[in-house]
Amino acid sequence: MQRKTIFPQKGLPYLLLAPQLAITAVFFFWPAGQAVWYAFLRQDAFGIRTQFVGFENFADLFADPYYLQAIWTTVFFSVSVTVLSMSVALLLAALADREIRAAGLYRTLLIWPYAIAPAIAAVLWLFLFHPSIGLLGRGLNAMGVAWDYRLNDGQAMLVVILASAWKQVSYNFIFFLAGLQAIPRAVLEAAAIDGARPIRRFWTVVFPLLSPTAFFLLVVNIVYAFFDTFGIIDALTKGGPGKATETLIYRAYLDGRVNLDLGMSAAQSVVLMIMVIGLTIVQFRFIERRVHY
Amino acid sequence: MFRRTFATGAASAAALAALPAAPARAQQRIDINFWYGLGGALGEVVEGQIARFNQSQSRFNVIGAFRGSYVEVMTSAIAAWRAGNPPHIAQVFEVGTATMMGAGPAIRPVHQLFADAGMPLDGSRYLAGVRGYYSDTQGRLVSMPHNSSSAVMWLNLDAFAKAGLSTTDLPKTWAQVRAAAEKLKAANATPVPMTTAWPTWVMFEQMASIHDVPFATLANGFGGLGTELQLTGDFFQKHVNFLLDLQKAGLFRYAGRDSAGDPLFPSGEAAISFNSSAGRARIVREAKFNWASVPLPYHDDVIQAPKNGVIGGASLWPLTARNRSADEYRGMAEFFAFISQAEQDKWWHQQTGYVPITQGGYQAAQAENYYQQNPGADAAIIQLSRAEPTPNSQGFRLGGFVEIRNIIQEELERAFQGQQNAAQALTNANRRGNVVLRNFERANRG
Amino acid sequence: MQAAPPADRRRRRADLLTHIVLILGVLLFALPVWIVLMGSTHDGAAIGRGEVPLLPGAQGLDAYRRAWTEGAVGTTRVPVALMLWNSFVMAMLIALGKIAISLTSAYAVVFFRFPGRMLAFWAIFITLMLPVEVRIFPTFKVVSDLGMVNTYAGLIIPLIASATATLLFRQFFLTIPDEFVEAAKMDGAGPLRFFRDIVLPLSRTNMAALFVILFVYGWNQYLWPLLVTTSADVETIVIGIVKMIGTESNIDWSVVMATTVLALLPPIAVVVLMQRWFVQGLTDTEK
Repeated sequence: MQRKTIFPQKGLPYLLLAPQLAITAVFFFWPAGQAVWYAFLRQDAFGIRTQFVGFENFADLFADPYYLQAIWTTVFFSVSVTVLSMSVALLLAALADREIRAAGLYRTLLIWPYAIAPAIAAVLWLFLFHPSIGLLGRGLNAMGVAWDYRLNDGQAMLVVILASAWKQVSYNFIFFLAGLQAIPRAVLEAAAIDGARPIRRFWTVVFPLLSPTAFFLLVVNIVYAFFDTFGIIDALTKGGPGKATETLIYRAYLDGRVNLDLGMSAAQSVVLMIMVIGLTIVQFRFIERRVHY
Repeated sequence: MFRRTFATGAASAAALAALPAAPARAQQRIDINFWYGLGGALGEVVEGQIARFNQSQSRFNVIGAFRGSYVEVMTSAIAAWRAGNPPHIAQVFEVGTATMMGAGPAIRPVHQLFADAGMPLDGSRYLAGVRGYYSDTQGRLVSMPHNSSSAVMWLNLDAFAKAGLSTTDLPKTWAQVRAAAEKLKAANATPVPMTTAWPTWVMFEQMASIHDVPFATLANGFGGLGTELQLTGDFFQKHVNFLLDLQKAGLFRYAGRDSAGDPLFPSGEAAISFNSSAGRARIVREAKFNWASVPLPYHDDVIQAPKNGVIGGASLWPLTARNRSADEYRGMAEFFAFISQAEQDKWWHQQTGYVPITQGGYQAAQAENYYQQNPGADAAIIQLSRAEPTPNSQGFRLGGFVEIRNIIQEELERAFQGQQNAAQALTNANRRGNVVLRNFERANRG
Repeated sequence: MQAAPPADRRRRRADLLTHIVLILGVLLFALPVWIVLMGSTHDGAAIGRGEVPLLPGAQGLDAYRRAWTEGAVGTTRVPVALMLWNSFVMAMLIALGKIAISLTSAYAVVFFRFPGRMLAFWAIFITLMLPVEVRIFPTFKVVSDLGMVNTYAGLIIPLIASATATLLFRQFFLTIPDEFVEAAKMDGAGPLRFFRDIVLPLSRTNMAALFVILFVYGWNQYLWPLLVTTSADVETIVIGIVKMIGTESNIDWSVVMATTVLALLPPIAVVVLMQRWFVQGLTDTEK
């Protein structure tokens, strides 16, 4: 992970690092430190009365069966979103990488949804799945399917998973496509000469070469499902019905912004932070290993 | 264009007239920042209200900012206060009242605001149902009533006619509502016979109030922070079971939390709906059928003379800040006094569909036969003032009420899915809600 | 002639299947946007009643005209033109700012040895692990103390630090052959000249790929601008749309949909127009 040849200057690197470090210190470390500190406090909404309560917020949190349930909801949700968006993206990327007519056009048409904001994606999906103003929602009800994701745990989960995965497919598609295009043609041709059937060829030759990309995307997608989906959940189900779609980040958002319980919310953020640190270390070690290849 | 006539007319004309002049005078004027959470046509009227005030005098300049939903207005105002940079006035919805009252140094109570400015404040000018909700235990106004509504029953008269129901003798009790829903279903008049918006507000808070049943101890929290929920009582069991029965019979559809049920009535999908009286503007614009709005139904085997309903909506809170001058506080008081004038109040009431906040505004509207020309526009006022408020019907002052409402909705949703019965739902809601109340008590005591 | 048919037929069948699946995929993405596009040409009240249209309506581009010049009259009252400009400035400055400071810090970490090097690297890297929610209120307080509420600076600077971009550049810099550095040193070129003449040109495609990612990131920001802007002058388009939907409101759906379409165009344009460098840049980084 180190270069052999370097420049000898001592002062310059600090200068080059200064802007990034300054912003990081002022806008990341200082506020984040405060946030961690809040996890050990109990405060009213305005922060007028403050009391140090040690680990009480954490104890309350893990004594709450709904929090433990939210952990499972999050795991199920994240795994589903990740598997769904990655497999659809892989399928589309593998097909768009074939030498067929209009391949370039397909690529463009599959890449552009990357630009859609999660908040807007949720609005788009509202027009599809809402039982009374959504196209598919109305259609399903007309066909006699009792479709109402606001009053059916399974349907609610399905809708947020679909919307979240949908938003992420293009991102995965782009990386898979990049990964596929980076595979030397010679390798593919050699495999083709061996006479293996295309699908078998894909799994035995192509996919192993894609595995670094796949692993990178795995981590990115899990982080996405953990953190970036709260706008989608907020717009579509607000964590309901019951608590069926309440993920950890949505719960932290609810306690912090809606219920105005900053201590509790901060404690949850600390828990989340520890989870992401774990994930990131895994990813980092992996990247390091790859660079050694 | 027809669709905009209801709310805009005067409002946008006034706003346009005010615009060119504003920058020139801005230097001498004292700016008063006002954050609000009313979108759409209603937000337009708020801007109209501000423009009218700015035109009426030359010392102060109120600057309105739409800040998203009620929750966002409240959280961003609190965040701004903590950061030392709050607006002068924040519009906070009624469920946030207890939290704001607990805010001590962050707010300047309205009665004190007026006293400091040497301006008179006569509490009795405000409608009783509205005043009670925003007053302290000594009966002094803490926040300024602004937009108050009540829940009413909306009926699709075309669907009623199709089902062979009377369009003049409309249901008054829940038994009659059920009978009507059965006929609507039999005649297949609309896809859904009955639904509701704001399930907790309508089916719990309003129902507790008009049936004179406690929602929580200590006069629904008015008596102190030690209040406890009373949701496991017989009345709530009866009413939730009633709704579950209707749902099983295909007569009632749960349409989601908070305002999610809004579109079902104007779209013609549901023939009976329960919603804020302030939904009027939307229904006028979108509904393509004859409709009526009447007071909420009651269980006549529980109460024969229903009490008053409670209000919903929001009030205006004066926020403090370092370096805030006496002149700025004065400007806030002036703005409050302005919107309390009978003429302004009447205008606000007629433009928005919210109830008037003052007796004077109500009388001014009556004087011009407004309610003869707009039948049903006074359903909410009648409902709010039809009885002397009791400790059970004066309103709610519960800490963490937003969270409690969500808890009740969550437990209801599980009951409507058949995962638990009414008794279990209410027991769970009660237990979880009390945890919220205790946390609020701990955080706000001492 | 006799050997070709089976393989040829098989290939043609596979091609057909490929086309079908890809077209389905394209439709899957296009459908929701199509609904919004069509909805924007209809009367707002019809959409509120649930009549979701699949064909163009009678209102034509009227909603666009209103959105562009007036915005949603009832809520934000900020013309969409202004909100688009604000979003554009924000996305642009965030993307360029992030690229600039990440380039220099990655360069410092890779091409120099100095005390505290790993510490600096980890300090940047760890920011990946701080989700927005954990620090949004305290960060707002810092920005407010610095008097940057309602300014472009307050909107942009706190979002400019970027661990991802630093990491990507670092990875790429590690692949630059040592011989390049030695050759430069032999020529007597200092680190700044090497940076300008060798590193920057080599990083072009990476920069382009990152620009796309970061522009989209900046454009789509939601929580932060919501908190830090209270004035119409710096309102961004994503916030504008969410506010238009608001609560307890009478939503003018056709204007909302027209605004949604307008909000989607710039980032889509960036992605589509820069698609080639985008994919290529990522491919280079993969190697």
